[in-house]
Amino acid sequence: MAREEVENARDDMIIDGQMKGNGAFSNDFNPNLLKLYYGKLFPHADLFKWMSYGNDGKHPACDKSYFGRREFSFTLDNDIYVRFQSFYTLSELENSIKDKCPFKIDIGPVYSVDPAKRHAYAQSNDKVFTPVERELVFDIDITDYDDIRYCCSGADVCLDCWPLMTVAIKVVDTALRDDFGFNHILWVYSGRRGVHCWVCDAKARRLNNEQRAAIADYFRVYQGNENSNKKISLSGPVLHPFLARSYSEVLRDFFETKLLPCQQLFSDEERYEKILEMIPDESVTSELRGKWHSNKRSSNLKEDINCVRWEQLKHSLQSGKQKAQGLRRCVEEIVFSFTYPRLDMEVSKHMNHLLKAPFCIHPKTGRVCVPIDPIHCDEFDPTTVPTLSELFEELNRGGHKIDGIDEWDRTSLGESIRFFRSSFLQPLLKSCKEEMESSYTAKQRLANNSLSW
Amino acid sequence: MDRLRLQSKPPSNDDFTTLPLYRSAPSFEVRLEDFELYAIDRLRVLKAISDGLSRGKKPEEMDKLVFDLWKANMRHPLASEVINKDIISHFVLRLVYCRTEDLRKWFLSMETALFRYRFQREAAEVQKALMAELDLPYKAVRTAEFESIKDKLGQVARSLGQSLPTAGDIIYKVPFEEVPELVAGRRVFIHKGHAYVAKNQVVSLVATRFRSLLSKALILTNRKWTSTIREDEKDRLTPIVEALCTSYLGPDYSQSKEFAEISIKDIDQVAKSSFPLCMRHLFEKLREDHHLKHGGRMQLGLFLKGVGLNLDDALTFWKAEFSRKVGSERFDKEYAYSIRHNYGREGKRTDYTPYSCQKIISSTPGVGDHHGCPYRHFSEENLRAALFRMGVNGSAVEDVMEKVRNRHYQLACTLTFEAIHGSTYDVGVNHPNQYFTDSQKIQKAKGHSSA
Ligand SMILES: [Zn+2]
Repeated sequence: MAREEVENARDDMIIDGQMKGNGAFSNDFNPNLLKLYYGKLFPHADLFKWMSYGNDGKHPACDKSYFGRREFSFTLDNDIYVRFQSFYTLSELENSIKDKCPFKIDIGPVYSVDPAKRHAYAQSNDKVFTPVERELVFDIDITDYDDIRYCCSGADVCLDCWPLMTVAIKVVDTALRDDFGFNHILWVYSGRRGVHCWVCDAKARRLNNEQRAAIADYFRVYQGNENSNKKISLSGPVLHPFLARSYSEVLRDFFETKLLPCQQLFSDEERYEKILEMIPDESVTSELRGKWHSNKRSSNLKEDINCVRWEQLKHSLQSGKQKAQGLRRCVEEIVFSFTYPRLDMEVSKHMNHLLKAPFCIHPKTGRVCVPIDPIHCDEFDPTTVPTLSELFEELNRGGHKIDGIDEWDRTSLGESIRFFRSSFLQPLLKSCKEEMESSYTAKQRLANNSLSW
Repeated sequence: MDRLRLQSKPPSNDDFTTLPLYRSAPSFEVRLEDFELYAIDRLRVLKAISDGLSRGKKPEEMDKLVFDLWKANMRHPLASEVINKDIISHFVLRLVYCRTEDLRKWFLSMETALFRYRFQREAAEVQKALMAELDLPYKAVRTAEFESIKDKLGQVARSLGQSLPTAGDIIYKVPFEEVPELVAGRRVFIHKGHAYVAKNQVVSLVATRFRSLLSKALILTNRKWTSTIREDEKDRLTPIVEALCTSYLGPDYSQSKEFAEISIKDIDQVAKSSFPLCMRHLFEKLREDHHLKHGGRMQLGLFLKGVGLNLDDALTFWKAEFSRKVGSERFDKEYAYSIRHNYGREGKRTDYTPYSCQKIISSTPGVGDHHGCPYRHFSEENLRAALFRMGVNGSAVEDVMEKVRNRHYQLACTLTFEAIHGSTYDVGVNHPNQYFTDSQKIQKAKGHSSA
């Protein structure tokens, strides 16, 4: 097990572009504004409430040590990475954040003992330092789609490729709720080029690594690595209900109406060859190739050439004479290759992977890592997410602080924090309370029974 | 004794039907020499299971293999002793294999595999009794519920190429966490947190529970071993356990013994001459891209550690590559930790061991990954090209491809070894570091080694 838990440093943090030192921030970010942000706007109390899961209350079943066993990690101004920080109270957490002004706050698991004191336990045999609870997390990153988007590459993202993230949210969110039965799910914009997902149900937090890996694998359809041809392999005569639902409710429609025209998937030879490569039948591919090669312009200019060619391809593969099941499956495989969510598996599989806290500011873009409403994820536009400097402009425009009103309420951050509370935090805390109550009653009953014996 | 004896046994495979759960240690008297002999017999079974799995044998093949192995090794002239031999040998091996994380992991997988195949051969009523014993009180879904999900169950069955479920079939409804391997393979319908497990899949439920109980038990055994048993039994059991350990466990290659050090300046040359394909590929990709994803860094990093690259050199080596892509500050911040971790200088301070072929073969590289076993994970053209670059050609390539098609990946690697070194290699490749060590031996003997 230990070997599985080796790495905490995140792979993608690296590809995240080079840290260029303090001179190279975007106009929307600077350390002084960040300090003001932590002082005036950052929702410390909400973060504390969330991470306490009801254990900060007065109920006799509260685990007072719970929050204090959670790992926080800070990435500081000078690129110093401080791991295994822990706090016992809201004010400790808040003061430390305000004082250290981290460029990034990562949240780790809840350990068996206070992570800051882990060395004290290293020798003793009976209390091992090990993660005991951790939200089930997902990380989806647009850079993992570079082979299929032609608009941007690397960390860039635009409105032509962002919908790939939207589709990922829809597919994963539906499965988490309908299949796995989870209810307390938070989606967060990573601030630049992807999304994070936190599944916070008690059941999810207590999954062991094997169960996490099983869920991650349930979502896996990519079989090939960099050295095999097919990236997707859908076997069997029909799709598993989860894949079938994802295909018919989300992926197919998105591919045909949005991705095809936006990414111009068939517009030139290089692009369509990439798709033809996925068809294992020489006669089909050469027929299509012939059609497209000689006839560069579609006869009907009104019709998008990408859509026309896709229809032709589908017709060739699904027409009567191509009865072979493998070929029919090809249409689905192509759609999956281009649209199915590409999860960073390692992040989800292990309890001790760190993930950036919501409401952090991305130092490259200055944008706030705001929650995304999965129900309205189509409307989310990463290019209009408020930046640090915008927030302070809003604050300045709004005049003086009014008593009784939080400062963030006078900025566009207000909407995000209100959403976080009403859609995520309040229902979560309510169910934490209920669970605490019922487990307490059960324990009481057990205790009473044994007394009467 | 915590075991199950059932009167109604099929007569044909007598010694296969009484399947104990090993919940408590044997309390009866055993002759000391039996301790060792029984354990060795069981170890033969477990080792052969391990080999079978790493060669990618199909479930039907494994079923037969396990059955034959058990027959051959675990019989006893006295019918009444058969069950005792089973239980004693299991508990002796627990002592042998409880002592490190890696040993526990291996023992756990092999014992679970053994249990799984034995369970599948049990009669329905025995299976039911075992489920109850393992505290898996699941009831079959009722007809009304079955009807409401029948279509979905049918869809899953067809996706697996199996026949459609009918109303008489027993389907268990269990929390999905109880059947991780069925979830991982999308082999069950999952709805609102429940997995619908068909009768022929129950083995997965049972094996998962068996393994989790054994896993906990091994930790306890380890504690007892260090705190009392080792000392109390120092004249009796301890020497046997320790002897079993040294004579029957392969080396774990966590430290390179014969070629204690390898220096950075030699590394490119040694990579060319003595790295197995999986490591050579990672090595070349790292040189080319100045980056490897997590799986690749672990597989290559631990291998290099086993080869004898010390921590300082490892840091220099990885930094030289990664800093060209991500800058050296970023390297120090994000990556140095995990390299020190591999060398046991961070985190749990466990000294991590290099991956075996079995682990590498069973890994699942995804988009952007270069780790895994090339014989298993490369497309045919890519593998051919890679073999060609290694200097394997002509009929040797076809021989390798033949093994690959039959999913004998380690044999394919062995043939590659033979082709490159121009000598036979009867022991076969089980570990990349073994490949390296033996390759170096041959190179040295030939007199043009540089390491
Ligand atoms: Zn774009």
